[in-house]
Amino acid sequence: MNAQAGKKIRAVIVDDEELARQVLREYLSAHPEIELVAECANGFEAVKAVAESKPDLLFLDIQMPKLDGFEVLELIGDDLAVVFVTAYDSHAIRAFEVHAVDYLLKPISADRFEAALERAEQRLGGKGKPAALPATELAAAARPPAQYLDRIPVRDGTRVSIIPIAKLDYAEAQDDYVALASEGKKHLKQQTISSLEAALDPSRFLRVHRSYIVNLERVSRVEPYGKDSYVAVLSNGTQIPVSRAGYSRLRAFLDR
Amino acid sequence: MHPIFGHLRRLAFYLAAWIPLAALLSYLLSITRQITFVEAIVLAVPLCLVYAFVCISAWYPCRVTPIDRTPLDRLILTHLTSSVIRAGLWVLVAWMLAWLLATNFAEFGGLTTRLKPELPLIFGTGVLLYILSVFFFYVLIGLEASREAEARVMQASILARDAELRALKAQVNPHFLFNSLNSISALTASDAPKAREMCILLGDFLRRTLGLGEKSSISLDEEMSLIHAFLAVEKIRFGARLRMEEHVEPDTLQLEVPPLLLQPLVENAVAHGIANLVEGGWIRLDARRQDGRLAIVIENSFDPDAPPRRRSGVGLANVRHRLEARYGKWASFAAGAEGDCFRVAITLPPGNVEMPQ
Repeated sequence: MNAQAGKKIRAVIVDDEELARQVLREYLSAHPEIELVAECANGFEAVKAVAESKPDLLFLDIQMPKLDGFEVLELIGDDLAVVFVTAYDSHAIRAFEVHAVDYLLKPISADRFEAALERAEQRLGGKGKPAALPATELAAAARPPAQYLDRIPVRDGTRVSIIPIAKLDYAEAQDDYVALASEGKKHLKQQTISSLEAALDPSRFLRVHRSYIVNLERVSRVEPYGKDSYVAVLSNGTQIPVSRAGYSRLRAFLDR
Repeated sequence: MHPIFGHLRRLAFYLAAWIPLAALLSYLLSITRQITFVEAIVLAVPLCLVYAFVCISAWYPCRVTPIDRTPLDRLILTHLTSSVIRAGLWVLVAWMLAWLLATNFAEFGGLTTRLKPELPLIFGTGVLLYILSVFFFYVLIGLEASREAEARVMQASILARDAELRALKAQVNPHFLFNSLNSISALTASDAPKAREMCILLGDFLRRTLGLGEKSSISLDEEMSLIHAFLAVEKIRFGARLRMEEHVEPDTLQLEVPPLLLQPLVENAVAHGIANLVEGGWIRLDARRQDGRLAIVIENSFDPDAPPRRRSGVGLANVRHRLEARYGKWASFAAGAEGDCFRVAITLPPGNVEMPQ
């Protein structure tokens, strides 16, 4: 939804500290063209608020209860402008710089706020959607080095659930999405399978096929399947296609 | 400083080592039966005593021609020349001794003539002994150098530890600082007196931590008041979300603890516990004497399903390292989660004791 002439920009503030929200509220109050539609104190509320009130602009704190700012970004899609807010997080700030993401540092200066707001308004006023943020790439870049994903948040409508990484059986690429199989259910998430592969601990997860990543703990056996191809049979009976390259990688793991 | 001359005990050992050498020389001199064994002993003992001191002085040329920085030819030339000169002089001394004995005592008549065929033997022994002492001193110098290097490494690691401890003590979490400043910024518009109060509380906390960097230990009482100053600031940030309970036994208040040992743990409890709970949570601090030791437990509620930590547990590792560096096995540290409660338990010796050796 774009800001058209005479139409207000709808903004949401997400921060767990009341005083931090208060500063943003105060700065925003000087802008009649912006309508504050919701304030959220945690990540779940933020995802819900975005799904329900479809804002144009989101001020997003990084450290919050339930879901952090990056996890929220991964779940809300890309048709709104996001301005990150953080006190101190060197990894995150480097990621923002690299991906040209707008961010504000606490304590928030009025000048910096105005500049960020102006950029966001320009973006929203332009044609088409605001430039999509590469949510998963950004989250990966902002993670401290040598730290792998230990959970994956997924969304179904306004409902957010968290898949702990140990409960992920396998992931399957489906166009622009990955289907995450966990405890008999499949959850869709907008992400490329390669970026998911990069974020997972390589000693626990293996890309066995162009379209499949498998949790090694779940693999009970590997069977030949026709000429030159194989299937990995998981402990729950699911069969996962294994490519030739994937088979040699898998063998190397299982033989160890 | 000469490694043997300067030490009476070492000198005694060194001279004792020459007794078998004197016996060997006596045997060699008497082997052709031209010289009796008694005559040989009378000659060999004073000769060896003299030569013991000649060989001891081999340390000086060894010092000025370090084996690893002197060309081999120069090394050989230096030591070979000096061994030939010293052995030659030794032969001269031997001949003079024989002459003195022969002219003064009838028992040693004709000793000089009888000694003459043995002079090459004495010369050869002299060269050999001198060269052996050169080797001996090079080994000694090498040992000493490696011991010095070891001591230097030790010294450096002690310095590094001290520097690390200073750095650990001086830390103020930037996250805490910037968030507090942001809260003050918010309050300036809505509640100016409260903003001023928070400035003062924050200033008070920072001033206390700065002063503590210099001290090696403070009383638990002081550490607790530092924690109170810290919590007073966080209380404004988190409001009702932050609840603190304290059970500090009065008889522990005067016990000494390393400064800023507990405050980072309380800060952790806030950052990883309270800050991740929508409805907030509690922190419990308990300090008591237990079996003659100071036992401190800090517990906090936390959300096991909280977002992954953006900062790893540096605070806990710091505290553990400081305890280890200072008290070794005399302190204990345990941290872990149980359900939705995170617990850190520390015991340390009471009073300001450094690590016993």
